[in-house]
Amino acid sequence: MDILIKNGNVLEPAQATEGICDILVRQGRIARVAKNIKAEGSCRVIEAKGLYVMPGLIDMHCHLREPGREDEETIYNGSLSAARGGFTTICCMPNTSPALDSKVAISFVKHRALAAACDVLPVGAITINREGRELASFGEMAQEGACAFSDDGDCIMDSLIMRRALEYTKLYGKKVISHAEDKFLSKNGVMNEGALSVQMGLIGIPRQAEEIMVSRDVCLAELTGGLLHVAHLSTREAVEVMKRAKRSCPGISCEVTIHHLSLTEEAVGGYNANAKVSPPLRTARDQKALIEGVKDGTIDCIVTDNAPHSQEEKESGFENAPFGMVGFETALPLSLELAERGVPLLQVVSRWTAGPARILGLEDRGSISEGKRADIIVVDPGKEWTCTEESLQSKSKNTPFLGRRMKGKVSVTVCNGKIVFEDKASREKR
Amino acid sequence: MTWHAKDLIGLENLTRENIENILETADSFKEISSRAVKKVPALRGKTIVNLFFEPSTRTKTSFELAAKRLSADVLSFEVATSSISKGETIVDTAQNIEAMKVDCFVVRHSVSGAPELISRNVSSAVINAGDGCHEHPTQALLDLFTVKEALGRIEGIKIAIIGDILHSRVARSNIWGFSKLGAKVYACGPPTIVPAQLDRMGAVITYDIKEALQDADVVYILRLQKERQKENFLSSLKEYSMYYGIDGIKYGMIKKGAVIMHPGPMNRGVEIKSEIAEKENALILDQVTNGIAVRMSVLYLTTGSIK
Repeated sequence: MDILIKNGNVLEPAQATEGICDILVRQGRIARVAKNIKAEGSCRVIEAKGLYVMPGLIDMHCHLREPGREDEETIYNGSLSAARGGFTTICCMPNTSPALDSKVAISFVKHRALAAACDVLPVGAITINREGRELASFGEMAQEGACAFSDDGDCIMDSLIMRRALEYTKLYGKKVISHAEDKFLSKNGVMNEGALSVQMGLIGIPRQAEEIMVSRDVCLAELTGGLLHVAHLSTREAVEVMKRAKRSCPGISCEVTIHHLSLTEEAVGGYNANAKVSPPLRTARDQKALIEGVKDGTIDCIVTDNAPHSQEEKESGFENAPFGMVGFETALPLSLELAERGVPLLQVVSRWTAGPARILGLEDRGSISEGKRADIIVVDPGKEWTCTEESLQSKSKNTPFLGRRMKGKVSVTVCNGKIVFEDKASREKR
Repeated sequence: MTWHAKDLIGLENLTRENIENILETADSFKEISSRAVKKVPALRGKTIVNLFFEPSTRTKTSFELAAKRLSADVLSFEVATSSISKGETIVDTAQNIEAMKVDCFVVRHSVSGAPELISRNVSSAVINAGDGCHEHPTQALLDLFTVKEALGRIEGIKIAIIGDILHSRVARSNIWGFSKLGAKVYACGPPTIVPAQLDRMGAVITYDIKEALQDADVVYILRLQKERQKENFLSSLKEYSMYYGIDGIKYGMIKKGAVIMHPGPMNRGVEIKSEIAEKENALILDQVTNGIAVRMSVLYLTTGSIK
C-alpha cells in the first residue's frame, strides 16, 4: 500500500531546504515530493498539517546488549524503542557478550534484525574480543554486513594496532570508530575531573584523557589516510583538535551524544548514577563548545550512545554503577530544545540524518528526495509529555531525564516504506 | 533555631547555625559520660542500626556507646562486601532491616554517596559514618568540638590539614566545617594528593609545610594509607615523612599554644612521630572522648525527632 504524507513542513537536510509539501511513498521508496499530490488507489494518507516531516533519524552509536544481556535490552525491543524515538537506522556497538568480532556474530545480529522495527546495522569489533591486541577479520565482517568497526567502550591503547586498523579501512571503505580515552590517565575515574569531583570525593577523569587520544588518532589518520571517526566528543579541546585536523585530513569525522549537548556534570549531583556516562558529562564551557561544533560543522553527527543498564547495577552505588544511559526516546525532544537554543533546526536534523548517512556511506538515506529509501518521520513539535519509566519502551530505564517534561514527539515513523510506529493518541486527536 | 533533620549526610549542606546547634547539644551531653551511671533515657525505645559496609572499630564503637548512653537499642553489623557481590544491593540490605522497624541507620561505606542512596530509599534517619572519599561529618563535628573546647573559639583561627587530602573524607568534612565556622583552612601535602580544586571549597592550598605550620592554631595530621605509594601518589613513604611527617624539627615550627590533632588510627613514624603524639598539646585522645558526646548529639537531633 502506498503512503501519502500530506501538508507537512518538510525538512530536507541534504539540500538544506524546508517547505510545505506532500510525499508519496511507493514500494519502499520516495516516489514523489510535490505540492498537492492526489491519493490514488489503495493509499494510506497521513495528515501532517502543522507537523514536521523529516528523514528517519540515523543513530550510528547505540548498544542493544544482545547477545549476552537480553535482560537489559534486545535487538527487537531496542528497535521498537528506537522507532518510537524516530529512528529508522541504528548501528549497534559490538561490546556484547560474546563481542561482535566475527562473521558469525555479525550474521547473528543481522538475522535477529530481520524482525526489528527499524534497520539495525551491526558495528564489528576492531580487535578480537575487543582486547586491543589482535585485529579481527574486517573483510569477513564487512561482507556479512558490518557497517563500521569499533572497540567502543574501550580505547585501543596500542598505537600500532590502531594504525593497522586505520590502514585496513581503506580496503573496505568502512570507518574505524575510535573511543578516544587514555585508559591509564582515566584509571578508576567515574566522573569529570574538577571541583565537583573533588567535593564529591569521586575519582575524576581529566579532559586530557580524551584530548590525548583524539590527537593521537588524528595523527594516525594523517599517517595512514585511513577512515577515522571519533566517537562521542565531550570536551572543548577535543572539538578544537578535530576542527584543526579536518582542514588537513578531510576523511575524518566525529560525533557528539545528545546528552553531552543537553547536560553538564551537575547532573551527577546527589550521586545520580543515571547520569554516569563514558565519556563523563563535562562543564558548561564544554557543552557550549560542543554545540558550536555542531553549528559550524566540526561535528558531523549526533548520536544517542543508548546504553541500557539494569536497575540493580545502576543502584549499586555511584562508583560501582556501569557507565551509560538510554536515549532513543528522549533524543528528538532534546534536539528540538537545541534548536530553541540557537542551532538552526535544519542543521540539527542534518546531524541526525544526512550527516551519519554520509559517514556510513548510506547514499539512499538521510534525505527526502525522489528515489531515496522511504525512511520518514512525522513529528509533532508542540506535543508535551513527561519522561517516566512507564512512558519508555526501552527495557532498561536508566536515564537522568526521568520526571522531566519533554516537548516534541514522534507521531509516525515510516521505515523502508512501512509504518513501524504510530502514536495512537495523536492519531485519534486528529 | 534547633537543628532537626532526618539525616546527616555531610557538613556541606549544613549552615553555621546547624553546626553550632549540634555542638551546643553535644556540650550538654558530654557530662553524662563522666557520671557513675552513664545513661539518660533520651532515646529509650528507639532502635539504631550500625550498618558498616567497611571495617571500622573506633567509629562503630563510638556510635554504639553514644546510642547506649541515650538508652537506645543498638544493633551493629559489618556487612561483608562479598554479600553485596552475591546479589543484594545496598538498598535491599537497608530496606530489609528497615522492614524490622528501626529508627536510624548509621552507615559507613567505601563508596561515596552510599548513605545518600540509602537515605533516598528508607524513611528512617540516616547518619553518614564515612562514605568513600566524600564526607565523615561526625568526625569533623567532634574535631570542631575539641578545638572549641581547647582554644575557646573557631572563628579566626588557622587550621593546617596535612596529608592525603585527595582520599580523605575527614579532610573534606573538616574543610566545610571549619570554613563555615570562620576558621582559615590550609590544605598541605604533595600535589599528587592535594587537588588544586580544593580552593573552591574554601581551603588555601600549599605544598610548603612551613607555610602551613606557620601561625597555625591547629595542626591536623591525616592518616597516610601505605598503599598510596604503590599507586604512585608518593615516591616513597620515607620521603613523605621527611617532607610532611610531623617530627621534632617541624614541631619546632609550630607556635606556642597550638594543638595537634589526628583522626586515628595513627601510623606512628610515618605522618607523625611517636614523641609528637605524646605531647601535652596533642588532643588525639580528647577527640576520641568527645566523639561520644557529638554522636549522642547527632543521634538525638535526628532520631529523637522521629515520631
